[in-house]
Amino acid sequence: MNTPNSSNPPVHPVHAKHSRHTAYVASRIAVNLLKLRIFIALFAIIIVFSLATENFLSTSNMLIMAKHVTVVAILSIGMTLVILTGGIDLSVGSIVGISGMAAGYLLLEGVKIGHHIVFFSPLGVTIIACVLGALIGAVNGYLITMLNVAPFIATLGMLYVVRGAALLVNNGSTYADLEGNPALGNTGFEFIGNGTILGLSMPVWIMLVLAVVTIFIARKTPLGRRIYAIGGNEQAARFSGIRTNRVKLFVYMFSGFCAALVGLVITAQLQTAHPLTGQTYELNAIAAVVLGGTALMGGRGTVFGSVIGACVISILGDGMVMCGISDFWQMVIKGLVIIFAVVVDQLQQRLQSRMVSLTA
Amino acid sequence: MNETPSEPRNMNTANVIETRALSKQYPGTAALVDVNYKVRRGKVNVLIGENGAGKSTLMKLLAGAETATSGEIWVDGQIAHITDVRSAEHHGIGIIFQELNLFPDMTVAENIFAGNELTSSGVIRAKMENHQAKVLLDRLRIPISPRTRLGDLYVGQQQLVEIAKALSKHIKVLIMDEPTSALSKTEVEILFKIIGQLKEEGVTVIYISHRLEEIMAIGDCITVLRNGRLVAEDDIANIDIPWIIEAMVGSSKKRFAFEQHAIGDEVLNVKDLALKRSNGIYAVDHVSFSVKAGEVIGIYGLMGAGRTELLESLLGAQPLALGEIELAGKAIEDLPIPKRIEAGIALVPEDRQKQGMVQLMTILENMTLSSLGKFTRRFVGSLARDKQVEAASDIVKRLAIKASSVDAPIMSLSGGNMQKVVIGKALLTKPKVLLMDEPTRGIDVGAKEDVYKTISLLAQSGIAVIYATSELDEAMAVSNRVFVMASGKLTADIRREEFDSERIVRASTPATAVV
Repeated sequence: MNTPNSSNPPVHPVHAKHSRHTAYVASRIAVNLLKLRIFIALFAIIIVFSLATENFLSTSNMLIMAKHVTVVAILSIGMTLVILTGGIDLSVGSIVGISGMAAGYLLLEGVKIGHHIVFFSPLGVTIIACVLGALIGAVNGYLITMLNVAPFIATLGMLYVVRGAALLVNNGSTYADLEGNPALGNTGFEFIGNGTILGLSMPVWIMLVLAVVTIFIARKTPLGRRIYAIGGNEQAARFSGIRTNRVKLFVYMFSGFCAALVGLVITAQLQTAHPLTGQTYELNAIAAVVLGGTALMGGRGTVFGSVIGACVISILGDGMVMCGISDFWQMVIKGLVIIFAVVVDQLQQRLQSRMVSLTA
Repeated sequence: MNETPSEPRNMNTANVIETRALSKQYPGTAALVDVNYKVRRGKVNVLIGENGAGKSTLMKLLAGAETATSGEIWVDGQIAHITDVRSAEHHGIGIIFQELNLFPDMTVAENIFAGNELTSSGVIRAKMENHQAKVLLDRLRIPISPRTRLGDLYVGQQQLVEIAKALSKHIKVLIMDEPTSALSKTEVEILFKIIGQLKEEGVTVIYISHRLEEIMAIGDCITVLRNGRLVAEDDIANIDIPWIIEAMVGSSKKRFAFEQHAIGDEVLNVKDLALKRSNGIYAVDHVSFSVKAGEVIGIYGLMGAGRTELLESLLGAQPLALGEIELAGKAIEDLPIPKRIEAGIALVPEDRQKQGMVQLMTILENMTLSSLGKFTRRFVGSLARDKQVEAASDIVKRLAIKASSVDAPIMSLSGGNMQKVVIGKALLTKPKVLLMDEPTRGIDVGAKEDVYKTISLLAQSGIAVIYATSELDEAMAVSNRVFVMASGKLTADIRREEFDSERIVRASTPATAVV
C-alpha cells in the first residue's frame, strides 16, 4: 500500500525557475507596452507628421484637427457603451444628419402651434435635437430588446430610415444661414460650434465633459458594471437580476444622444444644416472604439481608450491630407491601421494568458 | 487497434501513459507540481482528489487542451509532444470534459462528427453520419434520434452524446471527467456497461469522479491528487473508502453532521405552479407546496423530472410559468427577476459557466453583481469600493474560498471555488429563500461538505433553502424535508424522521415509462 507521502523531489534545477521568471518579466513588459500601444501610436503619428509637414503643430492646424477629433470622439464615447454590451450602433451617422436638419428647421421655420409660429432659443433647439437623438436611440433599443432584432440589423435599418427622414425634412435641400433673427430671439446658435470658454472651443468642452461623465459611469457606477456584465455574459447577468433590457435601452439612447450633439456641433460650425452630414461617420466611430482596445464581443474595453483612438484616427486622416497622400492611399492606410490594431490586441490577449500560466 | 504506422511503439509497457515531473502554473496557484502519473493499460484508472487538487488540469494536459509549464508526457514508452487536442487524438487520447463542449444548434450527429466530418470529395455525407451516429447511440442504448437538435436535450442526455463523440474517434485512452455528475441512475448503469465493453476492447479508461461508491464499483486502480501533487496510488482491491478520504483530505477528518435548528413561519407558498414545454408536455405539472423560514428542502429527481424548471419558475426565469407564488405574504408570480430578487428570492444556477458568472470579471465584480445597489453611494451614484471589498472578503472567509485576492479573475479559480463565488453572489442579496440547482455539481467531497455547512448556517440564520439534486445522499444530507419529482409532478414530500431511500427512489420513477 502506498499511502499519502511527501511530494516528489524537484526534478528541475534552479535555472529552470530562473528562466521562467525571466520569461514572465519579459512578457509582462511586453503586455504593458501593448496596453499603452494606443498612446504610443498617437505619439508616433504626431512626431512623424510634425517632421513631415511644416505647420502641423501650428495653432491654426491644431484648431482644425481639434474640430475633427471632437466629432469622432463624441460619437465613439456613445459607441463604446453600446459595444461593451456586445451590440453595435450603425445609425449614428444618420442621427448626426437628422439632428442638424432638426436644428435648421427649428431655427428657420419654427413650429406652428395653432395660428402662431413658435421659435425656440438656441438652447431650446439644442435640447430638442438631443431628445430627438435619444428617442431614435430608444427605437433602436426597443427593436433590439423587445422585438429581439439583432443590433446590427436593427441599427442598419435605422441608418436608412433616419437618413431618409433627414432628406425628407427639407426635400433633400439644406438649411443655410442659421445665424438666427434678433427679432425672433433665436440668435447665437453658432456658440455650440464656434464659441469658446476659457480659451477652449465648445466642441472640445462637450467632448471633455462627456468623456469624464461616461468614464465615471463606466468605471464607478452600478450601471457601468452592468454594461460590462451584459457584454461579458448576458445570461449570467439576467440570472443576477440585472434588468438587461433597461441597460441596453440606455446605451442606445445615450449613443443617439451623442450623435445628436455631433450633428448640432457640425451644423453650428458651418451655419448650415445639410441632410447628408455624417455619412459613414459610424464607421470612424467603430474604428476609434476598436483602436482603443474595446472588444467587439463586448465586456472588455475603456471609454478613455476610445477617445484616444478617435484622436489617432482623425489626426492620421488630417496628417495624410497635409502630406499630400492621395485619397485612395489614405483609405488603404486607414484600413490597415484598424486591422493591425485588432491583430495587436489579439497578441496582447495571448501574451496575457501566457503570462498567467507563467506566474509563480 | 488503432496504431500509427510511422512510429514503432512499445505496446508491452504496463503503462500506456506516464508523466514525468509534469507541472502547471496558474496565477497565484500551482495547479500541478512535479506529477509522475502512471496510467495502466487496459484498466479503469480512477483519479480522485479534492476540489482544486489538479485533476482537471492534469487531464487537460493529457488531452492537449492546455500545455504544461514544464515536464514530459510519455505515451507507449515514447515521449509525446501534445500541443493541442488533435495531437492528443493522434496519440489515441480522447476526453469527455466536465463542462460540456457541444454545439447546441447542431444535430446530435453533427455534434458527434464535428471536426471529423465524414466526407466524400469534400462534401459532408450527412446520411452516413446519421447512420453511424445511430449505431453509436444504439450501443449507448439511448433512444435519441441523431437528427435531434442538441440544444433540445437535457444535460444528462447531452453528456451521453459527448461520450458517443469521444467514442466515434479511434482512441485507446478515454478520459472521463466526472461523467456521472449529471446522469440518472439508469444512465449511470448504461455508462458502466459501456466502460466494461471498452475494457474488453482493450481501451484504457481514466475515470474522474467524486462518487466514492461508484469508484469502488468500477475502478481497477486509483491515484489520489492533493494540492497539485500526487499523494497516493494503489489497486482498488487493496483499499477502502476511508483510505480514499484520508488520502484526499489529509489527516483532518471532515464528516458532516446534521444539526437540528429552529424553524419559523411560512415564507414561501406555491400553488398550482405549471410550465409547459414547447412539445406540450408539462415540465412542471401543477406543483403546490409550502416552505417555512429556516427550513431546508432537498428536491430529488431524475434527469428531466422538472427540478431545474421548477426553480427557474420560482425565480421568474420562465416567463410562461403559471400559478401562484407567495413570498413572505407577497404575491410575486407577476414580477420580473430583479423584483423577485429584491423581494427575497435568489438562485444559484445549475450551469455556473453559462448562467452563474461573467468570465471576464474578477471575484469581487462577480460577487456584487446582484446587489450593486447596496454598494452605491447616495447622491454621487458611484460604487463604494471599500464596502464591496468588505462584503466580498467576508464571503471569501465565510465560504472558505481559495483565492489570492478578491480582485483575482474568476477564471483563475477551480470549479468548486467558482461555485462558492456564485453562492456568495446570491447571499449578498440577503435572500429569504435561496434556491440552489445542483449546488455541488462537479465539486469534490471536501468542498461539498463546505456547501452543506453553508446551507445549514444559512438555515440557522432563518433563510429557507431549496436545493435540487440528482444525488440521493445529497438530497437527504442536510434537509428537513425531501421533495421528490417525477415527470414534472411532486410525487413525495418526506420529513427527515421518515427518510427512506427506497421510498424516495420509488417516488422518483415516472409512473408511465417514457424512456
